[in-house]
Amino acid sequence: MTEGALEGLRVVELCDELGMLAGKLLADMGADVVKVEPPEGDPVRAWPPFLDDEPGAERSLAFWHYNTSKAGVTLDLAREGDRGRLRALIARADLYLESGAPPGLAAAGFDAETLRAANAGLIVVTISPFGRNMPRAGEAATDLTILAAGGPVWNCGYDDHALPPVRGGGNQGYHTASHFAVMAALAALLYRDETGRGQHVDVNAHAAANVTTEAGTYSWLVARQTVERQTGRHAAVNPSMPTQVRCADGRHANTGVPPRGPAAFAALCEWLETLGLADEFAETPLLEEGTRRERFDLAALAGDEELRAIFGAGRAAMNFLASRLNAYDFFTGGQRRGFQVGIVNAPGEALADPHFIARGFPVEVGHPELGRSFTYAGAPYRFQRSPWRIRRHAPLLGEDNERVFAELEG
Amino acid sequence: MPGALSHLRICDFTGQLAGAGATRFLAALGAQVIRIEDPVAQGRWDILRGMPPFVDERRGVEFGGPFNNHNVEKLGVTLNLRTERGRELLRALVAISDVVAENFSAGVMERLGFGYEALRAIRGDIVYVSNCGFGHEGPYRDFKTWGPIVQAVSGLTFSSGLPGQPPAGWGYSYMDHTGGYYMAIAILMALRHRNRTGEGQWVDLSCTDAGASLSGPALLDAAVNGRATPDAGAVHSNRSRQPPMAPHGVYPSRGEDDWVAIACRDDRDWAALGEAAGADWARDARFAALDGRLAAEDELDALVAGWTRTRDKFAAAAALQAAGVPAAAVQRPQERIDRDPNTAAWGLWPTVTHREMGEVRVDGLPVHFSETDWRMERGGPCLGEHNEEVFGGLLGLNADEIAALRAEGVL
Repeated sequence: MTEGALEGLRVVELCDELGMLAGKLLADMGADVVKVEPPEGDPVRAWPPFLDDEPGAERSLAFWHYNTSKAGVTLDLAREGDRGRLRALIARADLYLESGAPPGLAAAGFDAETLRAANAGLIVVTISPFGRNMPRAGEAATDLTILAAGGPVWNCGYDDHALPPVRGGGNQGYHTASHFAVMAALAALLYRDETGRGQHVDVNAHAAANVTTEAGTYSWLVARQTVERQTGRHAAVNPSMPTQVRCADGRHANTGVPPRGPAAFAALCEWLETLGLADEFAETPLLEEGTRRERFDLAALAGDEELRAIFGAGRAAMNFLASRLNAYDFFTGGQRRGFQVGIVNAPGEALADPHFIARGFPVEVGHPELGRSFTYAGAPYRFQRSPWRIRRHAPLLGEDNERVFAELEG
Repeated sequence: MPGALSHLRICDFTGQLAGAGATRFLAALGAQVIRIEDPVAQGRWDILRGMPPFVDERRGVEFGGPFNNHNVEKLGVTLNLRTERGRELLRALVAISDVVAENFSAGVMERLGFGYEALRAIRGDIVYVSNCGFGHEGPYRDFKTWGPIVQAVSGLTFSSGLPGQPPAGWGYSYMDHTGGYYMAIAILMALRHRNRTGEGQWVDLSCTDAGASLSGPALLDAAVNGRATPDAGAVHSNRSRQPPMAPHGVYPSRGEDDWVAIACRDDRDWAALGEAAGADWARDARFAALDGRLAAEDELDALVAGWTRTRDKFAAAAALQAAGVPAAAVQRPQERIDRDPNTAAWGLWPTVTHREMGEVRVDGLPVHFSETDWRMERGGPCLGEHNEEVFGGLLGLNADEIAALRAEGVL
């Protein structure tokens, strides 16, 4: 079996929802990740959706997804004996990943300084909503409040500002914190490869959201300008034209950047012609004019009425095509003609899409405890020599206690 | 103080945010990132070089605010790869680099003569990470994308919205940022593999694959339970089902377009919210347990909004926080950048010096390292700003040779 890039790396994960993706990203690349749960199980085991919609500690699909390739042990950290086991696990680990550790654990000798004193090469990564010892560190937080305080919510929503701004779905605030945790952990690991020295990395989810809002942040930093949210497209200082269209099949498409330049207008004319819609679209003559305009200087748009009409007709033609086609046909038909357009897929639809299938994105994961296997989200990246791979399904509660504890004693 | 990655050199063909964002992280940690641009295109390999915001009235390829933000701490050189001498210099640079990173469309590096096989012939253990919207293989490999298209196709746009409305999507290129994060992760993991085995490799990163992986539980629900594709108008992403929480939403507050986010995680939070609001409705027995609250979310949202509507968003959030309930004002850029004590205490907005733009604040990193923390002082490079440093200092050309190469259009 080909080895993953992180083969041999020993990781102890004591994480709530802020860090569970970080552990998965490491585990799916070959790291030996031991997830520590309380005896009653990680609260995420109670998150829907469930297998066949029936709740149960081993049936949460959220827990399944976030804990692939990990081993699992249960420890009662209120008891000194189990704290000793955790101490021993961390003493032989390369990386200790923590978020939302039980109150009092640090004071019981699980602060980074004490742990590093016992294991000089240890890398400790602490993920928290607002960073360690920060002014807002005491605040209660969830994905929603992190994204609201951190900027993303301000950027998302609708042209109609009577509607509230929107938190994008999928707990992406937690994901961004986990992404930075992994980036930082790996950088610390490469430093350790050079020097033998470990360190402590402090990951701040609110700060991570703050630096993941693109123009929302740098418009203010650079020019003291404020972006305003718009439906289905970038929040902007100056309003932009809509880019999201409801297609003939009721699904949505993104019409992307409007055509500019004679080749794009020629492709647009050909597309309308092929579909037999050229006559029906009222501004086809302007599109044809666009094929003859050699200079297409958008900076001159304001002072060039004809160019403005041509440009507007190009945008209108894209919207017209999207409204007359099914979303998938608009997406592929547009892209094959060089237009940067997209279909708004629901999350599950990637699994059935020919491109994702051809890339091997949907993967089968065996669940011997159920005598079945299921299709999971696959690799975010394709490593040629040290591949991403789901090594096992998420651990059953305490599944690895016997083996891991025996190793500690042995 | 050495950076965590001071021992590494990156030959960097990235641009925009999805690529430049990756090498930005590495540069802030001390890696020597050498950004290669085409002297003929005069900076047009990266459209952000000339894009707003601007610090003042000056315009052009040295004044794009986004470019400066995404390219701090990098070196910038120009190299005309249409010339044999230009290709020769790139080969010399690759030979002393650990990583080649790029986010061109699929096939561009091959056309330039520097696809993976060519790179590997120059340096056997090179780490090559390509990043594009649909990856380098598959039926859509030639399709073009930017953030919003990646987000649409991968399922993220759909998952952001309010009921009865079309998808709201993401008001910024979440997947350009996040594609960059996956690219940085890929580079670092491939380097770890090289450290362990001596092997380099090619990593093919497709932003849509990465994007699709960020909806894992929903994908499983579709695959395992055969859940039918929901109607776009049924999405309500200000609510929470993972885990189930109610009330949970973004509520109006006093002031124009001011909002406050509130999340009641459990029955205790709900009781505490009721206390803080001093509201009779909060004592309604129907709402005491989660199931009852989930069954009455619309009603609850109206009641909570009735309380928040007359209050300042910061005051409302503070009152709830004092009761232990997760709540936060929806902060405008100015509020989170200039008035939030947490971003200031973290040092989240460092000031860098750009040769033309002067001092500009940029995004810092949301991580601090106890031994090898990041540093951002130098702004994004001007076109060819570091030609002398790289071709002279690193590759050993003298000033006359560099002048001649510039005159010949190689640099």
